Amino acid sequence: MYIELANQIRIHSLQMVYSAKASHIGSALSIADILGCLYGGVLNIDPQKPEWLERDRFILSKGHACVAVYASLALCGFIDLSILKYYGQDNSMLSNHVSHNVPGVEFSTGSLGHGLPFGVGKALFAKKTGKKWKTYVLMSDGEFGEGSNWEAMLFAAHHSLDNLIAIVDYNKLQSLNTVEKTLNIEPLYDKFSAFGFNVIEVDGHDNVALKNTFLSIPSDINKPTIVIAHTIKGKGVSFMENKVEWHYKSPNQHELASAISEIMGA
Amino acid sequence: MRNAFIEELVEQATKHENIALIVGDLGYSVVEPFANQFPDRFFNAGVAEQNMTGLAAGLASEGYHVFTYSIANFSTFRCAEQIRNDVDYHNLAVTVVSIGGGLAYGALGYSHHAVQDYSLIRCMPNMLIASPGDSQEVKACIRFLIDNPQPSYLRLGKTSKLNFHKDIPKLSPGKWLSIVNNKEITDTILSTGGALEIAINWRNKSTEFLNWNIHSMPLWSMKEKPLQPLQVANFSNVLTIEDHLQDGGFGSWMMESLIGRKELIDRLNTKALDPSICKLTGSQNTLNTLGGLRLFD
Repeated sequence: MYIELANQIRIHSLQMVYSAKASHIGSALSIADILGCLYGGVLNIDPQKPEWLERDRFILSKGHACVAVYASLALCGFIDLSILKYYGQDNSMLSNHVSHNVPGVEFSTGSLGHGLPFGVGKALFAKKTGKKWKTYVLMSDGEFGEGSNWEAMLFAAHHSLDNLIAIVDYNKLQSLNTVEKTLNIEPLYDKFSAFGFNVIEVDGHDNVALKNTFLSIPSDINKPTIVIAHTIKGKGVSFMENKVEWHYKSPNQHELASAISEIMGA
Repeated sequence: MRNAFIEELVEQATKHENIALIVGDLGYSVVEPFANQFPDRFFNAGVAEQNMTGLAAGLASEGYHVFTYSIANFSTFRCAEQIRNDVDYHNLAVTVVSIGGGLAYGALGYSHHAVQDYSLIRCMPNMLIASPGDSQEVKACIRFLIDNPQPSYLRLGKTSKLNFHKDIPKLSPGKWLSIVNNKEITDTILSTGGALEIAINWRNKSTEFLNWNIHSMPLWSMKEKPLQPLQVANFSNVLTIEDHLQDGGFGSWMMESLIGRKELIDRLNTKALDPSICKLTGSQNTLNTLGGLRLFD
């Protein structure tokens, strides 16, 4: 089920960026399996009640990968699938960075380094008021260049926010070059661990491993969790994988057909 | 003003369980009454203002009214994008509190001079500026903000312990409060924030403004500009005064509100700090004098 949802997320994401001639398809394909897993059953959410008080909170900090979230929300029933065609159009609520005007989206992002501090605030609220829901924040690897994330990590660990789960989409490719050659963040596991987090590494495209990881995170460990999801930018479309240009390019008609064909044949 | 702030916040927090205070590792000998009485709603974010503001927005998104507290530019410029994107754009009940408004920390150097903060905050569509002129206005501002939770900025200066209001005034955004009312005079000095004391100094000791009326406007924002022409029209001359640079400041805001009304613009003059003070350090009075705000001590 998770694989099918992830592939549908990929196909709708491709169609959206094609129609809008938008960027960031590589980033969206990178997180499709993570979102397929979260929206496929890990998140405790109700599409009929987007603002249900007991829902888990999901925040996309890498807001440029929004098409994957819009597709997830549509495939789960938060919004109608038919409105995805308005992505990136004038006056559409589906803006090219994730928008809280869309039912099911908690927080608008676009500038990196904002999602985790905001999620920390939500997790702190839940902790202080005895709520059982969890806060998930999906982040990019490149955004760990932002100091605000490290500030937030210090705070989350200091306050033992074990209801906070950060996920790093570690595709190791940034806007112009690799993370390693841009602003190296390794050794990532050791850094997160030293910051007081429960750190888990997982194949970000292994749906079973992702599911097992998320469902096995203990809720009483007195420390926040961060999942390093090893991913491939552009995953699922061979000619987009690990290619920096697909941070920016949108596919032409032929490339779109080829990409969808490859995903459907997977 | 700081003491009036914490007194009122404690009083309001006893009535409103959703009020929280986050400090950026500042507030020694000020914030303890709140911290001691409401330990579950008091957080020291450490020296980390971006996270302080982002997490304040997260808390506010769940129903809290959060006050973030730090000195001068730390709670504003250091985390400007968090205020813009997280607080203002999402229209959340976060009140950014800055202490040392104007040149209250003049001796501490340029890093501590809050003379550009209005310009930053007033360019955000949802932010309400609360800039009280005395302790009574501090309490009035807090009461208004708690009754009307919204993105807001509370600028606290360091003024004398004089109160210019007998009672806590009732505030309405964009409305001028009468401080000195002389019906025979049709000229007024209009101040915001800690410049109120300076306005009174000008009125009492300069020949040019002798006996002028005095008004204070503690609450203002982008949304209140349409209210200004009607109020300016009541006077022959209006002089705005502020402990801030003119660029992006209170007087400039007033001038913008009168665009297209030449007959009203001709009645307006502004007095603000000269940018040359940015290179200087010294006491608040000294720098305000050198910056052209104070006439006499």
